[in-house]
Amino acid sequence: MGVLAAPEAYDAAREARAEERARELLRSCVNAEEWATYEAHGLIRVYRQANRSPTGPASGSTTTYAYLIYPHKPIVAYVVESARLLGEYCVAFGSPRLPPSDDVLAKWLALTGDERGLLASASVHPVGRQIDPERVRRDLARLALWQEKSGR
Amino acid sequence: MRPGHGEVLIAEGDIEDAEQERTLIAAFRAQLDLGMWAAVPLREPGGRRAAELVKSFDEVPRDADRVIFFPRAAGG
Repeated sequence: MGVLAAPEAYDAAREARAEERARELLRSCVNAEEWATYEAHGLIRVYRQANRSPTGPASGSTTTYAYLIYPHKPIVAYVVESARLLGEYCVAFGSPRLPPSDDVLAKWLALTGDERGLLASASVHPVGRQIDPERVRRDLARLALWQEKSGR
Repeated sequence: MRPGHGEVLIAEGDIEDAEQERTLIAAFRAQLDLGMWAAVPLREPGGRRAAELVKSFDEVPRDADRVIFFPRAAGG
């Protein structure tokens, strides 16, 4: 008779230890500002500069846009200057789910390592399908205030 | 990265040592065969950090101190 294996039961202590390790790994990879943002707001912002937005055609001028990386939520792209929300990119990294900070790190690694490849593998939707646009706008406002206060 | 575990050390060694390098190459290939992506965290000028995704051991910079394997992305 073969061996039957039941799915591993959820173990809160094990998950907490995994998340602790994941946070340390994330901290060792991102820069000080990104880590401070994650600690304070639970998300990481990655800036990009290009003559095209992730969703638009190439143009003659350079636009600065950014991605907000949330744990276990879609990546949100927006134009930095106008705060216009561009879209949400739904990506998943394996199943069962990684610890939250590993999910953030996986997105960060893929985004900074191969932005176009990651976006090509994502399901793209207008912001609002999985993330409330008002929540994103509140996060952007909080980030702006926090940056102003901390002089970042 | 593994669900329920976080960071797990798969292999470590000195690439200047032929035997250890072979061990690292085998471990690298095994992870890719499992469908994982491999990334090398980088420090860039100006304090910026980024990653380089690599698809073969040859692409890993010789001075890299680690490679992180993580499940490949799929549309959510």
